[in-house]
Amino acid sequence: MTLIQSSETLDPLGIAESWIDEGRSVALATVVETWGSAPRPAGSHLVIDADGSFQGSVSGGCVEGAVVAEAADVIVDGKARMLEFGVADETAWRVGLSCGGRIRVFVEKLN
Amino acid sequence: MEIAALRAINREREARRAVIYLSDVATGSGRVIREGDVVEAELTGPVRSAFANGKSTLVEAAGREWFLSVCAPEPRLVIVGAVHISQALAPMAHIAGFDVVVVDPRTAFATPERFPDLRLHAEWPEDWLRQQPLDPYTALAAVTHDPKIDDFALTEALRTGCFYVGALGSRRTHAKRLERFGEAGLSADRLATIRAPIGLPIRAASPAEIAVSILAEVIGALRSRGIEETEV
Repeated sequence: MTLIQSSETLDPLGIAESWIDEGRSVALATVVETWGSAPRPAGSHLVIDADGSFQGSVSGGCVEGAVVAEAADVIVDGKARMLEFGVADETAWRVGLSCGGRIRVFVEKLN
Repeated sequence: MEIAALRAINREREARRAVIYLSDVATGSGRVIREGDVVEAELTGPVRSAFANGKSTLVEAAGREWFLSVCAPEPRLVIVGAVHISQALAPMAHIAGFDVVVVDPRTAFATPERFPDLRLHAEWPEDWLRQQPLDPYTALAAVTHDPKIDDFALTEALRTGCFYVGALGSRRTHAKRLERFGEAGLSADRLATIRAPIGLPIRAASPAEIAVSILAEVIGALRSRGIEETEV
C-alpha cells in the first residue's frame, strides 16, 4: 500500500512544525482571497523551506513555482509579502492561472 | 506567523478542536482565536460563521483587512463494520484526507490482512468509543446491518453531533431502527439526520461502488456544514 500517503504527510501546518523541529527555515504561503474559478480556496497553504522543498498547494500547480521563488526571499529577509496572480499572459513568459481566476497569496516566514 | 502560534494551532487541532488564526493583512501580525473567545465587535459575526462553515475568509472591519484562517481538526471517518464495503471505503477515504478508523468486534472480519495499514479495532463500539469519543469533526458510517453492533455507535454519533451519520440497510430495516431509537428517547429531528439508505443515489452495485457513494455523501456533508438547507 505504498501508493497511499499517510494523511499527516499531506497536512501543511503539521509539516511546517516538523520542519521547524528539524531546524529548517520555513515560510508559509496562504491563499487569502480568490476571484473567479480559482483552483484552491482561501486558507489553502503551501509550506516552503530554504532549499525550495515544498508541500501543499495554493493553486492547481500553476503558480507554485513563483511562490516558492518568492518564499526564498521571504526566508532570507524575514519580510512578509502579498502576491497576486491572474490569468496567464500568453505573450510573455509569466506565470498565471490558466483557469481564468485570480488569487492573492500571503507569504510569511515562521519565526 | 510566530512558531508559538503554529504550535498552538497544531495542538488544538490534535485535541480535535478548531481554531481561527486571525491576522491583520497589512501588518501580518495575528493571534489564535478559540471558539467562544471574545473578539473585536465587528469581527464577532464573521468569526462565528467561519467556525460554523469551516471556511477561511477575508473581511474588512474597523477600516482594516483581516484574514480569518480556519484551522480545523483533520476530519475523521469511523466505520463500524469491517465488511467488504469497508475494505474499499477505508483506503478511499484515507486518500481523500480522512483519518480513518474501522471498528468491528467480530475478529473474523477485523483482521489486519483484510485492512492492511489502516487503524483497525476488533472491539465493541461501546468499549472503543469510551477511549476515543466521537466529535463534530467526525463522520460515522455504520455498515454491519447488525443492531447489536450498529445501534450504540449510531446513537452516540447523534448525541455528539457528528457531521455525518450514515446507516446501511433497507428502508424497512431503517424504519425498525428508527422505532428502536425513538423508544430510547431520541427526538424525531435528530433521527431525521441519519442518512439511510446510506450513500448518494448513483445506482451503486458493487461494494466498491457503494463505498464511492458513501464517501461522496460524507464529503458533501463536510463541505455543507453551516450552510442553510436551502442552499444545499
